[in-house]
Amino acid sequence: MLHIYRILFNTGMAVMMQYRAAMAIWLIGLTLPPIIYLVVWITVARSRGGEVGGFDPTELAAYFIATLVVNHVTFTWHMFEMGWRVRSGFFNPLLVQPLHPVHRDIVENVSYKTLTLFILVPLTAALVWHFEPVYSPQRWALVAFVFALVLAFFVRFFFEWSVALLAFWITDTSGLNNLYMFLGFFLSGRMAPLDLLPGWVQTVAYYSPFRWMLAFPTELLLGRLSEQEALYGIGAQLIWIAVGLGSMTLTWQRASARYSAVGA
Amino acid sequence: MTVIHSHSLSKTYRVPVREPGLGNALKSLFHRRMEDVEAVKGVSFDVEAGEVVGFLGPNGAGKTTTLKMLSGLLKPSGGEVEVLGSVPFQRHREFLRRITLVMGNRNQLVWDIPVADSFERNCAIYRLEREAFEQTVAGLTELLDLSKLLSKPVRNLSLGERMKCEIAVALLHRPQILFLDEPTLGLDVTMQRRIRTFVRDYNERFGATVLLTSHYMADVEALCKRVIVIHHGKLLFDGDLSALVERFSPHKTISVDLEREGMDLSAYGEVVSANGSQVTLLVSKEQTAQVTGRLLTDLPVIDLTVEEPPIEEVIEQVFSQQTAEPGVD
Repeated sequence: MLHIYRILFNTGMAVMMQYRAAMAIWLIGLTLPPIIYLVVWITVARSRGGEVGGFDPTELAAYFIATLVVNHVTFTWHMFEMGWRVRSGFFNPLLVQPLHPVHRDIVENVSYKTLTLFILVPLTAALVWHFEPVYSPQRWALVAFVFALVLAFFVRFFFEWSVALLAFWITDTSGLNNLYMFLGFFLSGRMAPLDLLPGWVQTVAYYSPFRWMLAFPTELLLGRLSEQEALYGIGAQLIWIAVGLGSMTLTWQRASARYSAVGA
Repeated sequence: MTVIHSHSLSKTYRVPVREPGLGNALKSLFHRRMEDVEAVKGVSFDVEAGEVVGFLGPNGAGKTTTLKMLSGLLKPSGGEVEVLGSVPFQRHREFLRRITLVMGNRNQLVWDIPVADSFERNCAIYRLEREAFEQTVAGLTELLDLSKLLSKPVRNLSLGERMKCEIAVALLHRPQILFLDEPTLGLDVTMQRRIRTFVRDYNERFGATVLLTSHYMADVEALCKRVIVIHHGKLLFDGDLSALVERFSPHKTISVDLEREGMDLSAYGEVVSANGSQVTLLVSKEQTAQVTGRLLTDLPVIDLTVEEPPIEEVIEQVFSQQTAEPGVD
């Protein structure tokens, strides 16, 4: 399987390199929002005497720069493509090959992330230089962060692939995608640190998969979690991975049975 | 050995329907009307290893749907189907490694990378041995004249070039069964002939079974001894191509070359064409011998040939005999 992944990775990189402009535009679209939220929240903090909800400007900078990185590593785009794939017959050749289509999407995702690292790393360095964020994680938290980041990728990937598969039932999934993105925007901690949101939103986020896709690894990097909270969070991520994988497998079985193989 | 077994195979699509107009659009917001379209209705047949079988039928007959069910792309609504001992829709890896499906323009080549890279991808996906893979690529490159195409990105290839590469990439794992849906669609005559020759060679060399749909009768005549005719989702005929002509064509054509020009032969049969001294007549099968005798006795004949009508006409005849019904291909 590793050999298949290596070959798919190489071809994935080759394809991505054909679309450099599109790739750069996607990246701008991903990196601009956290920078805007950062500027807005710093302004709010300064207008309130230097902090908001226990976050001063350097901590806010640390949070939003970290979310930029975590979001980049974990985001997927298959929800926006799946409808087209179903309608155009793109799945036809994939379904008669001895490889589950999800493997291609995982490798394609990793190829994109690898290639865009060359832009993301200097961009993050520039933001760190400009906003002077403060990170104070202990060594164990850094290790836990890396582990949680990988798990966050799979939590998000499996859930979003499951949502994407609803395109087999719904002709136009853009509304559904927007609803999902809207929920994720609040509950994952992309709009603001979850500590700044009302208590009931924090509770909902805690019991949803969204928190474990973004806020949890970000808080680990910031050094805001205890060892017990970190272990509990990783456990939650593993549970959500199992739920996401189960949901994806079940949805795929039903979706492929329903597939009407349109297109030539 | 039977490699494909289909018994009462059927497929029904459920499709939304609504009348035109804003009012009906609004109504459909609250009540969506669905309709069942039976694309394939209880089709049964067996195919032996090494056979080349042509699927014939007009657009919407159900032949592509049948092919998709046999290859595992679609789940049948009813009936039984077994291909190489497997139930196709379960899509077991071992089964998928032994078949291939080539359909129109949407296939296995990756649009933005050179053809050779797509070959490498399939080598990995099908877990092929390096040596066997290289041998196959070399063989296909020679047979399909691909050497100048392998390093080009797929998007830069012409339709014919792309189709050759699509067929090659679909055969890298040396499948035992080839499902070919319109493999020569849109190609020029030379390229069509080349693809046909290649498919025949592949069938002979590897003993592979081929199921083919095509609107080009030349494909069917060149490759398929046996044909299965499907119309409105039902099997109309399954047998030798020659038997199809025998069964469905009540006429033969007599072409006569005369010593003199401008002679009226309408008394002998329906004049299909008259070009100077060359006249083509359409006569019923029962009268062929008698009309031939009369022509040779009555007229100054230089040459005379009796032929079956072109296969296209026979097929047209078959379909025109059926009641028109909507269908899904």
